[in-house]
Amino acid sequence: MSRKFETAGAPHFPPHTTVSRVMLQVIFALVPAIAAHAWFFGPGILVQIALAAAFATGFEALMLKARAKPLRLFLGDFSAILTAILFALCIPPLAPWWISLIGMLFAIVIAKHLYGGLGHNLFNPAMVGYVVVLISFPQAMTAWLPPVSIAPFPLGLNETFMAIFSGQLPTGLTWDAITEATPLDAIRTSVASGNMISEARQSPVFGDFGGLGWEWIANWYALGGAWLLWRRIISWHVPIAMIASVFLLGLMAWLTDPGSNPSPLQHVFSGALMIGAFFIATDPVSGCTSNRGRLIFGAGVGIITLAIRRWGGYPDGVAFAILLMNMAAPLIDKYTRPRIFGH
Amino acid sequence: MQTSPMDQARRVGEQLHHFHGGLRLRHNKKISCEIPVTKTPLAIRYYVPLLQLRGQEAEAAVSVGQKVLKGDPLGRFRHHGSDYMHAPTSGIVSAIALHPNSHPSGEEGRCVVIKPDGLDQWTNLEPIESWEQADPALLRQKIQSSGIVGLGGAVFPTGYKVREASERGIHTLILNGSECEPYISCDEMLMREQPASIILGARILQKAVGATRTVIAIEDQMGAVNTALSEAIRQSGINDIDIVKVTTIYPEGGEKQLVKVLTGLEIPSGKRPTDLGLLCQNVATATAVARAVTEGKPLVERIVTVTGNGIRKPRNLLAPIGTPISNLVDQCGGYAPGAARLILGGPMMGYALSSDSNPVIKAANCILVLSEEDIRPPQPEMPCIRCGECARVCPSVLLPQQLNWSIRNSMWDETAELGLSDCIECGCCDFVCPSHIPLVEWFRFGKSELQMLAEERGKADSAKMRFEAREARLVRLKQERKQRIAEKKQALGNSSDKQKNIAAAIERVRSRKGGDA
Repeated sequence: MSRKFETAGAPHFPPHTTVSRVMLQVIFALVPAIAAHAWFFGPGILVQIALAAAFATGFEALMLKARAKPLRLFLGDFSAILTAILFALCIPPLAPWWISLIGMLFAIVIAKHLYGGLGHNLFNPAMVGYVVVLISFPQAMTAWLPPVSIAPFPLGLNETFMAIFSGQLPTGLTWDAITEATPLDAIRTSVASGNMISEARQSPVFGDFGGLGWEWIANWYALGGAWLLWRRIISWHVPIAMIASVFLLGLMAWLTDPGSNPSPLQHVFSGALMIGAFFIATDPVSGCTSNRGRLIFGAGVGIITLAIRRWGGYPDGVAFAILLMNMAAPLIDKYTRPRIFGH
Repeated sequence: MQTSPMDQARRVGEQLHHFHGGLRLRHNKKISCEIPVTKTPLAIRYYVPLLQLRGQEAEAAVSVGQKVLKGDPLGRFRHHGSDYMHAPTSGIVSAIALHPNSHPSGEEGRCVVIKPDGLDQWTNLEPIESWEQADPALLRQKIQSSGIVGLGGAVFPTGYKVREASERGIHTLILNGSECEPYISCDEMLMREQPASIILGARILQKAVGATRTVIAIEDQMGAVNTALSEAIRQSGINDIDIVKVTTIYPEGGEKQLVKVLTGLEIPSGKRPTDLGLLCQNVATATAVARAVTEGKPLVERIVTVTGNGIRKPRNLLAPIGTPISNLVDQCGGYAPGAARLILGGPMMGYALSSDSNPVIKAANCILVLSEEDIRPPQPEMPCIRCGECARVCPSVLLPQQLNWSIRNSMWDETAELGLSDCIECGCCDFVCPSHIPLVEWFRFGKSELQMLAEERGKADSAKMRFEAREARLVRLKQERKQRIAEKKQALGNSSDKQKNIAAAIERVRSRKGGDA
């Protein structure tokens, strides 16, 4: 008797990996930095992540429904959650709740789904959301906190909730009293008012290379990124090109005029450079696909970041740099195709 | 000093090189290597497909009811003038009918059905007695008439390959023993058990194409093979055959990848190893050549690995072409519980069969039965996230995700430009894709579309040529007519002169007559 079998196309193997597994590994790699963030700046980041994730999931579900896509399959890919986490890590821990709402609206609805959903977005959704709120609500976006260790009035979880949802601070405190400029901002204003970098660095917000606390978060981003490299979730090209270009250009500037230029290490360990290098510029969807393309992409992000930090209107420029390079990615891809075997 | 590719190609195997991408897969070969190769008992019926993996269906060379002996031709190609398939045993042709034929299309095809008489009696065999002194052309003729094809799975006719090779000029024969797909062990077992036959086949092939050296490529994990082959080489007393161990990285056994590993050279797109003076043959093909030349036996059987978690006792079998797969499975203890997929070939490039009534064909290096746990449960396809893993593993250095995009959007010029024709369908990209996009299926579809377009373009070109020729002809005819009219007119003009002359003559006659009257 002959036996019948179901047929299917080759290769005949169980799935090697899945999109959701890839996303989950990236989220997992962010955990140490998130923990460090909470350690240095209080529980605000955790509230912001929860908030952004909730909004992101809501918008994602809404858009999937509107586009008649399978809800469970796409909600289960964790891409919206990852976008939310990256966004939350970019905004001040005490930013009002509607910052997340607006940020996620632009990230998920406009940057992601109106461009065709997962895999089709030209721009990194988290960065679109972040840049929209950064430009639209500059006041709310500067409410950064000093590290808990040097904060005069560290806030607890309840007080953080109150601050985020109602804008109310504990009696006796004002926003001016508890917030503090970020190290990059501090340098910028200090140098602008005629001080030398070394003088600006006298402020307690600085650590060994970058900002106090910030540099440790940067370390944890780098560690998480190294793990992603080891897991082959990302390739080394973007982070290395980005960090190397920032370091080399920063070094040149610093060597020519150390008085008004921060040290290259300070550049590397400040602001969003590490998270950008390992977690945002490496976004495969909005980045380049060939290795040479990735090198150009990473170097481009690094150079534009430095240019914005030096001459632009914002203390950090990683988000803008990434969005600008997102635009260039298809063109770079077209001109960096690898040589096909035998051609 | 710059060395030419041809000179570099001469140094096959002196230094090993890398190829781009590839996968390190779990071998899963040991389970089928524990028992020596065993012959399958006689089947009740043999189904020899007239359509093999590639090319057109052959014409049946026998008729229903005819008695055949083992090795008698069953089908042939008129335009090749060569025998293509031969009777796997002696018996009666009981039918020539549609039957599952192990073709990737999954359709049925015409098969010659043989009812064995149980004697397994060979036809009159005509070996070439002293092949060392024989004319190479005679050897090539024997290879062609023996129905030998590449037994690595591609089943390209060896007769054609050696003829082309002898015309192009070959310096080195590469025997491919690097069986890179998981599970398959038929070549490994062959090299362990019949090393002398492989060496003999290598020497005959070398003579048939005029090569001066042979390199046998085996995998670094095949310890027993190396020992067996080295011993056979030592016993044969010749010194122009070398063994080279290559690293097991799928698909290093692919012809282009293997040549790259052994020489560092890339076979130019659209070219063959013969362009570098190399001829690649599978080790099993070499034994088939040895048997055809020294014993006169055409290719009627092959070693098949029957393995996988869906088989109770995996092993290698020597099976006549045409044996129903169910017979092989029975001989291996039957299906294990949970057997879920029947595959002809390996897990990377093999194709699933819908029934075990399909017969063993010349391409059947492996019958793989996988269990539920081995295969991918139906995975929903997700959109491409451009992660680039596919490009990282592609041995042809293509950009599969961009090909996927251009094929789905019918951007055919773009698809061709991205090098779809250089895809070897190894399945590496498919394997690593986190979105479970059936890339290889899309690529096959894209290739057939491109081919159709090329044919249409060819048709359109010839239609255009016909049209232009017709236009030119019409113009020419028109001119010719014009010219004829002009000539006629001229002629008419002349004729009016004539009439004048006639009239004048009549007038003269009349006046003369009138004068008379």
